Amino acid sequence: MCGTCGCGDPHIIAVPVRDKILAENDRTAQHNRAHFTEQGVHVVNMMGSPGSGKTALLESTARALGQRRRLGALAGDLATDYDARRLETAGVTARSISTGSICHLDAAMVHDALHAWPWHDLDHLFIENVGNLVCPAVYDLGQAHSVVVLSVTEGPEKPLKYPVVFRTADVVVLTKIDLLPHLRGLTIEQFEDSIGEVMPAPIIMPVSTTQGDGLELWVRWLDRQLMHSYAALLDASTSQTL
Amino acid sequence: MHEYSVIQAVLARVETEARAHNAHGVRAIAVSVGALSGVDPGLLETAYGLCRGEGLCADATLEICFIPALWQCRECHTAVAPSGTLRCQSCATPAQLVSGDELLLERIDMEVR
Repeated sequence: MCGTCGCGDPHIIAVPVRDKILAENDRTAQHNRAHFTEQGVHVVNMMGSPGSGKTALLESTARALGQRRRLGALAGDLATDYDARRLETAGVTARSISTGSICHLDAAMVHDALHAWPWHDLDHLFIENVGNLVCPAVYDLGQAHSVVVLSVTEGPEKPLKYPVVFRTADVVVLTKIDLLPHLRGLTIEQFEDSIGEVMPAPIIMPVSTTQGDGLELWVRWLDRQLMHSYAALLDASTSQTL
Repeated sequence: MHEYSVIQAVLARVETEARAHNAHGVRAIAVSVGALSGVDPGLLETAYGLCRGEGLCADATLEICFIPALWQCRECHTAVAPSGTLRCQSCATPAQLVSGDELLLERIDMEVR
């Protein structure tokens, strides 16, 4: 019977589906995740506004970690391979994903980008999403963690305006804190308060990539996550052996 | 505006389901959209109008059920207001989302005559 008006027309059937609209993307994301887990690669989906400092944070990460970790990045942008080239210069194995007019990365774009690219040997793979606080939040890419990069110059109200991307994040890296003295009356506490209204248990890391402040905390967090990835890999291989 | 990609996913699934049921038309498509799903119901409607085409869904209405965000304490399950700090008022434990992140294709009404 028709589910719209209950008219009883026997030629109209109501077919219940009750499935996620993005189920296809989620399946591809799970496929990506399985690849990453099998290889012990820790994958981070980096989201944030254009100019929030995502690429600068990865350049600093490479300076801090490059000697002892193998870092890779997929840089999503509507056009140009500018970020990927910047990251290559910083010592990160990088590839760009040009999305054309699409405002976000999806799991299939990430999967395609992995082909014929040496990601298997990486320790950390950063997926630098298209600069946008809205659309990237909706698409699972297969990452282990999601990080929002928010710069102090964007203002402390941004988490309240764009709650979805923050709610799905594990960590917020608050960048450009060296500029705080130039921003009238702004404090880190104001950012912490507004983030606390959209994330129940936020992990916030204030950093300055130009001064180096706070990077130690970020690097330590990455180290810890990599240990978890190795432990998961070991667990999987042990249970296979047994 | 990712609502276009979202509606493309809806239309692809509707087509698959309609073919499986030998339907020759679709009367209605029912979806649920949570307040924290990242999808705007108005924009989804606009995207549907532009993407539905002249085929199966030409005369199908899109029914959108909006689901508000509901938070509760992880420990004592007391309701936590969606505005303000997302922690329990009585025990300060972080809140958990009970509903409001749904993005679901619920039902398709098909013509099978």
